[in-house]
Amino acid sequence: MQRHLISAADLTRDDAVLILDTAEEMARVADRPIKKLPTLRGRTIVNLFFEDSTRTRISFEAAEKRLSADVINFTAKGSSVSKGESLKDTAQTLEAMGVDAVVIRHGASGAPYRLANSGWIDAAVINAGDGTHQHPTQALLDAFTMRRRLVGRDAGIGQDLSGKRITVVGDILHSRVARSNVDLLHTLGAQVTLVAPPTLVPVGVETWPCEVAYDLDSTLAKSDAVMMLRVQRERMNAAFFPTEREYSRRYGLDGDRMARMPEHAIVMHPGPMVRGMEITAEVADSDRCTVVEQVANGVSIRMAVLYLLLGGNEPAVSHTRTEEK
Amino acid sequence: MDKQDTSDIQASDARPVLEGPDIARVLTRIAHEIVERAKGADDVVLLGIPTRGVFLARRLAAKLEEITDRVIPVGSLDITMYRDDLRMHPPRALARTEIPGDGIDGRLVVLVDDVLFSGRTIRAALDALNDIGRPRAVQLAVLVDRGHRELPIRADYVGKNLPTSLRETVKVQLHEEDGRDTVLLGVKQT
Repeated sequence: MQRHLISAADLTRDDAVLILDTAEEMARVADRPIKKLPTLRGRTIVNLFFEDSTRTRISFEAAEKRLSADVINFTAKGSSVSKGESLKDTAQTLEAMGVDAVVIRHGASGAPYRLANSGWIDAAVINAGDGTHQHPTQALLDAFTMRRRLVGRDAGIGQDLSGKRITVVGDILHSRVARSNVDLLHTLGAQVTLVAPPTLVPVGVETWPCEVAYDLDSTLAKSDAVMMLRVQRERMNAAFFPTEREYSRRYGLDGDRMARMPEHAIVMHPGPMVRGMEITAEVADSDRCTVVEQVANGVSIRMAVLYLLLGGNEPAVSHTRTEEK
Repeated sequence: MDKQDTSDIQASDARPVLEGPDIARVLTRIAHEIVERAKGADDVVLLGIPTRGVFLARRLAAKLEEITDRVIPVGSLDITMYRDDLRMHPPRALARTEIPGDGIDGRLVVLVDDVLFSGRTIRAALDALNDIGRPRAVQLAVLVDRGHRELPIRADYVGKNLPTSLRETVKVQLHEEDGRDTVLLGVKQT
């Protein structure tokens, strides 16, 4: 594994499987009376959030605390950033305080990469979502949820997702979740199909390792998992579709459409959901929808990533597991 | 036990100090000792330390069940994240921690490992236990005690005391993992 986690595309198949396997053991800590491990005692981790987030920030914070790291939370609101401080100066301030890792979310694509490769800081950088670029821990927790549901909790150990058919539906254009998932799921051997109105499919998608379709109904019957994405109104500066009702009718997942999916297939959503838009309440509340599970799995995945990046004197080597066998 | 001490063993000059039947006899004796000391072993929980301690714990549990005619809870306790040398190596892959359903509160926990060496693994195991519950007492059973303790820790049940030098390596092989039962004494490659 590399020292930083910037993009899901940087992970090899063995790295990814090692993270998923480690997360499976981390998940067991949540069942114990004392949900804490001493593993990262004395390490300082800064959560550097330049963009709003509840789920991801809380999830990272829970993971860091369960591993006994010292956690410093930084949000752009109410910090020197609102006074005009640059990313470089913020980074150097953190470096001077001696942090071991920076978890960064930033509105600009590439900000974590810049932070990791600029020489401003020594700390490990973990991307918690940058613009429309990448959100690797989200892709990992999605893959973890799929492996648990589609392969099995114990049967999945050491396995990837080869042969699984995953459909990602919605605002691909603005979605870092979709990009990360395409990269990671491809690495893990799954077949990904993106479904969206043509206006919400990015330029250059033909170079991605996935299929693109414009019709949701025809892909549903051959999907093992359907991942619904939120339409990101805050990133939309143009009219991408005529009306929300039309979008919802053609690309929203309702009970009828869910009934056309294979019986074992699951419905996923990275959250936050907009009920009535891309997903109906009936689907969101059904047993097949893994939204809440994904949140719980997020803590386990982030514990695994933090342990493998920071737990030793250098990042984990992914062949450790096979070597010890 | 430490993986480093066993990985570089040379097959040619390693000689067996315990063979399959010896290991079976030793485990039978330890099982009887546990029953004797725990006065019937009615609150015993066996926890094996991965990898080979888990197989030994399962074998011990089977013997205890034969002797006492009761179901003996058996589980595993991974100590990786409690190690004191975490910062000196790349992170290791984790093994499974499986605590039997009724937990360990108020029970007599017997930790089971293959080789007792520095004692650091057992210290880590005691820390790990602390986060899982509060046993009535904790005891330690090992197949081989090779000496060279670095911490004030001793075993309650020892299969074989094996005086070694630090240049020697002790490798336990068990059927479940290695295809055969044996304890090999070799010389560390330099």
